[in-house]
Parts: sequence; structure tokens; C-alpha cells
Amino acid sequence: MKILVCITHVPDTTSKISFTDNNTKLNKAGVQYIIGPYDDYALARAIELKEASGGTVTVLNVGEADTEPTIRKALAIGADDAIRINAYPEDAYFVATQIAEVARTNTYDLILKGRESIQLHGCQDHGQVVGRDSLAFTGGQGHGLGGELLGSPSVSPVMQVDITGGLAKITREIEGGKEYLEVKLPFVAGCQEPIAEWKIPNMRGIMSARTKPLQVVNPTSNETVTTVAQFELPPPKGTVKMIPAERAEELITLLRNEAKVI
Amino acid sequence: MSVLAFIELDENNIKKSSLESAGYAAEVAKRLGTTATAVALGAVAGGELEGLGKLGIQKVLHATDGRLKEENIQAYASVLAQAVEKEGAEVVVFAKSSLGDAVASRLAAKLKAGLAANVVDLPDLINGFRVKRSIYTGKAFAITEIKSGKKVLTIKKNAFSPSQSGNTATVEPFTPTLNDADFSVAIKEKVKATGDILLPEADVVVSGGRGLKGPEHWSIIEDLAKALGAATACSKPVSDLGWRPHHEHVGQTGLKISPNLYIAVGISGAIQHLAGVNSSKVIVAINKDPESPFFKAADYGIVGDAFDVVPRLTQAVKAL
Ligand SMILES: Cc1cc2nc3c(=O)[nH]c(=O)nc-3n(C[C@H](O)[C@H](O)[C@H](O)COP(=O)(O)OP(=O)(O)OC[C@H]3O[C@@H](n4cnc5c(N)ncnc54)[C@H](O)[C@@H]3O)c2cc1C
Ligand SMILES: Nc1ncnc2c1ncn2[C@@H]1O[C@H](COP(=O)(O)O)[C@@H](O)[C@H]1O
Repeated sequence: MKILVCITHVPDTTSKISFTDNNTKLNKAGVQYIIGPYDDYALARAIELKEASGGTVTVLNVGEADTEPTIRKALAIGADDAIRINAYPEDAYFVATQIAEVARTNTYDLILKGRESIQLHGCQDHGQVVGRDSLAFTGGQGHGLGGELLGSPSVSPVMQVDITGGLAKITREIEGGKEYLEVKLPFVAGCQEPIAEWKIPNMRGIMSARTKPLQVVNPTSNETVTTVAQFELPPPKGTVKMIPAERAEELITLLRNEAKVI
Repeated sequence: MSVLAFIELDENNIKKSSLESAGYAAEVAKRLGTTATAVALGAVAGGELEGLGKLGIQKVLHATDGRLKEENIQAYASVLAQAVEKEGAEVVVFAKSSLGDAVASRLAAKLKAGLAANVVDLPDLINGFRVKRSIYTGKAFAITEIKSGKKVLTIKKNAFSPSQSGNTATVEPFTPTLNDADFSVAIKEKVKATGDILLPEADVVVSGGRGLKGPEHWSIIEDLAKALGAATACSKPVSDLGWRPHHEHVGQTGLKISPNLYIAVGISGAIQHLAGVNSSKVIVAINKDPESPFFKAADYGIVGDAFDVVPRLTQAVKAL
């Protein structure tokens, strides 16, 4: 089975978000980049599927050269090879069309994405100037866009996927519960926990990742449909009002009369 | 030209988030000098579709084909594309939800429309078509311009309160063409708690963490939630340990919610947890540790033992 895993290169959630250049540029100082957490689940499941029934796992990222350490990490975790589409991921449509191009030429049996490009909630970020190089990601749309562009089914958020004889049995989370689905390969899935345990690269993985193939290809178009004009920060949070435990009941009065939320 | 609103249902009732997004669609239509049409798929409780008129919706396209009973992403997207065509719609509005995300994105690809997710405010129509979106899990906003002719939006829960004007919408039967290919994903079984308030839809949420020590103590959370008409949620370790179902887990790897009120009990307030709840209007933290980071993110705090404080709060709510 040939599996494609699409990964994002995103600031760690613990990063403090601020902007520079008149709120048009992410302040990259102190920002730590990681593989998108949902993408990490997708990758881990892809490797498990490969270990169980053979095949290959290719990771793909649409990004500029600065995403390569993140791609190498995915190789260290166990992907066989990687493709980087050398372009700034300007908007979701652009990213999805570029991924679809690669998927069409290489015909994968399964395309795993993350449920959404997470902590950014729909905004992958390379800290570029807004305008030409804007950051216009949609949250949780990659799988649907990709599926539609490829004419394949798309399923998300996926909590479990098992494959036998070209048929996938899937557990999808729905509001308040779960749904059990069946679909024939190929299809696109947006993954989330507990699809697999996150994998941590070991020393051997890290060593072998250095020599695994990482192919850099150019995008086939530069068409986008959205652009970010500016960023804004929310107003600063007010200070917390503490209520002594002995008078806890007063909280309820405050919530009704002061905050007016109950 | 018109504006389309997709209506999501829960047990044949229109979801609150869809009322918000339908009201949003109506307001956008008004500003664009056009009308708003809602699209509902499957059986809906009597009078609810007509009632969308109160929010400013003029017309409802209602497709009742039995195959649309289940939430089938591909079929829904293709039905909506047909509705867009029929109405000559320029803007399509969804509630931000797992179904909304899935259908909106397929529709956007079909229409080659720019898609703005997690929208928190009405569009600015002076500078093209610009919307404000919540990004970085509520840590910032991006003012996004949609450049394409057709536009698809998903509206964040609780970001928009529709005005009530008081007309009745006309409900029109709608018979889209359905292809077998639209049903390539077979829905075998659905397991869903009935009667509960859905967590992403709830205005008030009571949430418990590892501080509650075990699933057998959840009744204090459930009692307070019941008294408040709230949904229940939990931290990640709690769902990892199997104390609570996964769909209740909020945070970076779980649901992102934005209720009016979020009450966190025995949750430390790790940044990955806050990522799921920091868009709540009001946050209450109850923790026995005065150093708990949750107090920095909260509007109200109580340093105390959950097992003492929470039942007393429940009593106080009942006494209101
Ligand atoms: C990549 C990544 C993603 C993550 N995603 C998520 C996520 O989506 N959601 C999430 O929640 N976490 C997530 N986490 C985990 C997160 O970092 C924390 O470990 C987790 O939120 C802690 O859960 P907790 O607060 O319930 O438990 P603990 O950290 O154990 O805290 C328990 C709290 O209860 C208090 N307490 C104990 N007894 C009482 C009592 N009797 N009365 C009152 N208070 C009491 C304690 O003072 C303490 O503050 C993630 C972590 C990583 C690394
Ligand atoms: N620049 C990118 N390169 C590769 N895959 C991506 C990229 N952006 C998004 N994806 C994939 O699409 C998923 C959903 O992203 P999004 O729709 O942006 O929330 C992510 O979890 C990734 O799997």
C-alpha cells in the first residue's frame, strides 16, 4: 500500500503569538516549530499500517526550505521518503491543489492528513509578509478540498482506520458520539487521536533520516483565492476575581448579575 | 445573486449554531442588497423552517430525499452546489462544526470559492470582501480577504447573535439530483448519546480534570451541569484514562469550544487545554492549588476543594 501523509510545519502551541511590521508579520523570535499534532497522528498510523501489511509512507509538505527540519523529523519517525513542494503555503486552495497534483501523478492508495492545521486553528505560518506572502489557511478544510479535487471520498475527523483487501473500516467522531463507516481505497482522511500513539524518533531513525530521499518539486501554479490583509490581537484579559471558598455561593450571584451568563 | 445558509440538524431540530449562521447569512444578504435562502436536508420538526423567517431568511429549500437522512459529506456538498446554482448564490454560510468543515471545504473546491473558516464578525464590504477570523486557537485574528467571486464562510459558535425581525420563511421542496458516487462512504452505524446538550452547541460548559480523581466522582460535575442546563467536558488525561468519552475532551488535540461560560474544575490549566477553551466569554476556575495556571486565564476563581465547593454551587444554582 502506498500512503501519502501531508504534514504541516507549525509553531508549537506553547509559543507566544505576537506580530511585527504593523501587524502584518508573525514575530518569529522564540517560536519553536513542530509537526502539526494531528499530522503526527496521521504519520504514526501510516507507519503502523505499513508495518502491518507492507508498502511505503511518503510525507509531503508545501513549504519553503525552512520546513526541512520538520520534514526530516517525519523521516526519522519512520516515513520512507519525502516531497517538499517548494512554495509558501499561501492559502488552503493553493495547498490543496498542489497536494492533489502530486497525488494524481503518484497515485496513492491512501492520503492521510490532519483533522486541521491545529494550534493555529487554520493558519499555518511561516512568518512572511502579508500580501503576496500571506498566511491564509483555513481550519480543517484540507481533507475536503483535497478529496473533492481528486474526486475521492474524504472523511474527517477519523479516530480509527483499519484496512483489509482495499476496504477501510473507519470510526469517525461526531458531535456527541461516533459513526462507523466503510469506504473503498483510495480516499482522503483527516486524522485525530486515538488513531495511533505518537511516535518519537529514536537514534537510528534520526541517523537514517539524513540519507532518506527528500525530493523538492516546484508548484504547478500560484493560484490563490484568499489573502490575509492584517492580524489583530484580542484585547488583554482582565484580572481574575477570586472568591473565597467559604463564600463560594457568591460566584453564582456574580455569574448571574455581573457577568450575566446564567 | 443571493446568500445561502446551510442548516444543520440534531434529532430533527435546527442546531443553535445554525440559527446563528442563518442569522449571519441574512445580515450579509441585507448588506449586499439581496435575499437569504436556507438549505435544509432531511426531516425537520414542524414550524422550525418557517421560523427561520424571524432571523431574516426569506426562503428555505427543503430536500427530504431519504438518502439525505444520514450526514453524508459528499452528497451534502453536491446538493449544496446544486442549490448554489439554482439560487445564483454568491456567498454560502455554514456554522463551524465537524460537518460544516467537511461539507464547506468540498463545496468550496467544487465552486472554486475562497473559504474563510472560523469567522467571528460581519464582513467588511468596503475593502472587497473581508472577514475577521479567529486563528492560533483564539490567540489572534486574521483579517482575510476573499478574492474569488463565490465565497464560503464558516461562522464560529457564539460570535454572532442574530436579530429577530418576525416574518415567516417560505418553504420550497427541493429535489436535487443524487448520484451513487455521492454515497461511496457507507455509514454503517451511529452511536450517539441522546437527550444530552451537544458540547459544541452548549452556552454553558462544566468541565472536569484529573483533580476529580476518578470517573466515580463525575456526578458532582454532572449535577452542576444539569442545574445550569450545561454540557460536560473534560481534559485530555481524563479521556485518555477512559473516565469520560473522547468527544468530551477539549483542547489542542480535542474540541475547540466558545461557550458563554466555561467552568473548569480540578484542571491545572495547561496551555494545551486552554487552546480549546480560551475563546469562552467567561471562564471560572476551581482548583485547590492557588498557583494553578488556570487562574491566570480565568475571570473568576475559587481556591478550594472541588468536592466541597462544587456541590455547594449546585445548591446555589438550584436556589436561584
Ligand atoms: C502536544 C500536547 C497536546 C495536548 N493536548 C491537550 C488537550 O487537547 N487537552 C488537554 O486538556 N490537555 C492536553 N494536553 C495535556 C496537558 O499538557 C495537561 O497535561 C493536561 O491538560 C492536564 O490535565 P489536568 O489538568 O486534568 O490534570 P493535572 O495536570 O493532573 O491537574 C489536576 C489539577 O487538579 C487540581 N486538583 C487536585 N485535586 C483537587 C481537588 N480536590 N479540588 C480541586 N482541584 C484539585 C490540581 O491542583 C491540579 O491543578 C496536551 C499535551 C501535549 C504535550
Ligand atoms: N502546507 C502544507 N503542506 C502539507 N500538508 C498540509 C499543509 N497545510 C495543510 N496540510 C494538510 O491539511 C491538513 C488540514 O489543514 P487545514 O485545512 O489547513 O486545517 C493538515 O493537517 C495537513 O495534513
